Amino acid sequence: MGKLFAVIVILIAIGSAIPIVMHTWHQPVDISKDGHLIDEQLSDTMVEAGVSFLAAQFVLAFFVFRYADRKDPGKIKSFPGGAKVMVAAAVILVGTEVFALGIMGTRAWSGQYFTPPGQDALTIQSQAGQFAFYFRYPGPDGKLGPQHPDKIDEGAQNFFGLDPANDVDSRDDIVTAELGIPVDKEIRLLMHSKDVGHSFYVRELRVQQDYVPGLDLMVHFTAKTPGRYEIVCTQLCGLGHYNMKAYLNVMSQSDFDAWLKQKASEQ
Amino acid sequence: MHDMSSASATQHHAPPQGFIRKHVFSLDHKVIGLQYYGLALVAVFIGMFLSWLMRIHLVWPNSPIPGLHLLSKVGAPNDIMTPEYYLSLLTMHGTLMVFFVLTNAPFAAFGNYFLPIQIGAEDMAFPRFNMMSFWTTFLAFVVLIAAFFIPDGPPISGWTAYAPLSAVGGDAGPGMAYGQTLWGISIAIFCIASLLGALNFIATTLDLRAKGMSLMRMPICTWAWFITSCIALLAFAVLLPACILLCLDRVAGTSFFIPSGLVISDHLQPHSGGSTLLWQHMFWFFGHPEVYIAILPAAGIVSHILVNSLRRPLLSHRVVIGCMMAIGFLSYIVWGHHMFLSGMNPFSAIAFSFPTLVITIPATILTLIWLGSIYGSRLRITSASLFALGFISMFVSGGVSGFFLAQPSIDIYLHATYFVVGHFHLVMGVAAIFGIFAGTYFWFPKMTGHMMNETLGKLHFWGTFIGAYCIFMPFHYLGLVGNVRRYAAFTDDYLVPLIPLHKFITFAALTTGAFQLIFLANLIYSRFKGPKAPVNPWECTSLEWTIPSPPPWNNFGDVHPVVYHDPYQYGIEGSTGDYVMQTSPEKIVTEHDEK
Repeated sequence: MGKLFAVIVILIAIGSAIPIVMHTWHQPVDISKDGHLIDEQLSDTMVEAGVSFLAAQFVLAFFVFRYADRKDPGKIKSFPGGAKVMVAAAVILVGTEVFALGIMGTRAWSGQYFTPPGQDALTIQSQAGQFAFYFRYPGPDGKLGPQHPDKIDEGAQNFFGLDPANDVDSRDDIVTAELGIPVDKEIRLLMHSKDVGHSFYVRELRVQQDYVPGLDLMVHFTAKTPGRYEIVCTQLCGLGHYNMKAYLNVMSQSDFDAWLKQKASEQ
Repeated sequence: MHDMSSASATQHHAPPQGFIRKHVFSLDHKVIGLQYYGLALVAVFIGMFLSWLMRIHLVWPNSPIPGLHLLSKVGAPNDIMTPEYYLSLLTMHGTLMVFFVLTNAPFAAFGNYFLPIQIGAEDMAFPRFNMMSFWTTFLAFVVLIAAFFIPDGPPISGWTAYAPLSAVGGDAGPGMAYGQTLWGISIAIFCIASLLGALNFIATTLDLRAKGMSLMRMPICTWAWFITSCIALLAFAVLLPACILLCLDRVAGTSFFIPSGLVISDHLQPHSGGSTLLWQHMFWFFGHPEVYIAILPAAGIVSHILVNSLRRPLLSHRVVIGCMMAIGFLSYIVWGHHMFLSGMNPFSAIAFSFPTLVITIPATILTLIWLGSIYGSRLRITSASLFALGFISMFVSGGVSGFFLAQPSIDIYLHATYFVVGHFHLVMGVAAIFGIFAGTYFWFPKMTGHMMNETLGKLHFWGTFIGAYCIFMPFHYLGLVGNVRRYAAFTDDYLVPLIPLHKFITFAALTTGAFQLIFLANLIYSRFKGPKAPVNPWECTSLEWTIPSPPPWNNFGDVHPVVYHDPYQYGIEGSTGDYVMQTSPEKIVTEHDEK
């Protein structure tokens, strides 16, 4: 039965690796300026993890095949070098691997979180609430008016709780249900939660960030390819969580200008 | 060690009289161990049943599941599950499995039964606390299950109960009024039980060891239970106040986890000044060590069984124990890796990422020691050893995906996807459950006095081993595509093409579940009809195999066992064959004891 175990383990190990090697299921095409850093790190890690996985399963299978239920059990032998070899191998091989991954892996992270967006980045505010995203553009004055939670009224379409009667900055703000952005332009996305925790996830942008109630955050990104992409919520937010989504619409600069103008006229 | 210290004085109690004292409110650690096991068994079958319902709903969202309305009229009108009821089941599945199965079975059940015997004690240090631990856990279970029977049903916030969703009350959705409060109370009670249990384990290990039972002569599983109790003592001590604060936010109008200005269900919430991150910090400060509370006892049990099946000592049991301690220590400084995208200071992501990656080193040493010990051994294949070998395979498979999630950069893409679900199910769920299965096949003869059926046991192994891979490997592929977890249905254009793969997983889950019924049948049948178990069927060296199966109420009769060797004396010429019992006074020419 040890031999059967060995064969099954080998089959499972190879079977598990085939879809990875064949890229049967893979990330969608990256449309962002910096997403390739994440993809590269992911494939480097896949190679290291894959080799470790296959090596461990093969060794397990081989040893069980060789030493299980021996007819003539013979003398007990110890692995040459014993535990010292194991400790040294783990510390040196895995230690190096871990160190390399740890250092290399900070590149994409620092690009997003330690590097502020450029001066000419386009500022857009996004707000997540059960179970929709809304977006707010500052308008010609370049300023977003303050929010008043007590003024939030979904029925009157005041999703952000704006008070244009008293706040000058709010008067030209443009509110949309779709995140329209110009291609090749850096976006500085301010993130505000109206109620509970949500998350902003666009797979093609390789961007994911939680909306934290009481803590306004920011992400920045640049999209390179025009098109429509799903924005989905990835933080469990209640009964409609599975259906909470919006669209990211990446347009040429002229299309974006026309789109924003049209949205402004609808306010 | 053999003196009548205060702790050893309290462990003496008279033989139990009457049914209630013997089987219900028993002070006997063995009965309490079996009670924990029974509770875990009930919880695991409920949890598995819930996962079946979820898997069926995910791939056939509009097809009725006959009889589902009996579970909840509101949650399943016309037998079709609502999205919120899916989340209720998800919450209950996670909570039952993590607390009442993965904490109870490998740690509380087997630990209670075998830790005192393996160190040569008559009982736990505090038998009354021990009884209280179990019945408090049982109360926690009843309170949690009660959520199924209240009008608005169980909570929908997942087993992580993130605030403010979990903290604001009924405005947050169905199940969030009374269901979430019951959840908070249940987990708080569970924490008290676990703290009592952990204290008892630590006191017992340190104070009640038999003559000659030095710390280094304790079996590896005893070590694992000891280290785990130290982890549990700190972890549950943080979750307990977290749950109390959560309940206060819910019922007493405090704002520990709720900031100002939240508008939920059109109501401006009357709270201000709280922090949602505070809940996450407190929860994960418990939550990450909890992973090791589940996996370390399983690793200990597997090591114990491997040594016995290989008929040789591990390459080094000291290194194994050291690695377990290192993992236990590191488990306290990595909780932030669950929160890379939660809005912490981004520098802290780097600080949490490195120790997380470093955990790979002791985990790899453990694996290499297990693998290297198989080399040149005389491996005996039994149901128990198959599950132990299966554990190694699962531990590796679930472990390597940790490489990805430990890196904040990659977590940006993989966070909250099925990749995470695949990772923790393999390493924490399946691997720990393999440890429980191995322990069950191994110790069942001792616990009941009957042997289990080996043919059914092996059939159960093959079904579970292949089945678990068929369920959880594809989860990683789904995660790579970006399939978000905790969705009640896949309505996104993007996710629809993945439904065939989800169907495959559902079929695999139902089939693997069916194999668990073989286990249940074997368990019940063997309990009553299994052949009589000898004292030491596996030719094992540790103390539990020197006493009758099942052991008498005071374990060793009136004899105080004396220990002469460590429990790894296999593969040598002994008077009884290729091994020497820990209690055998015979001199061993080539003792394997590490210098």
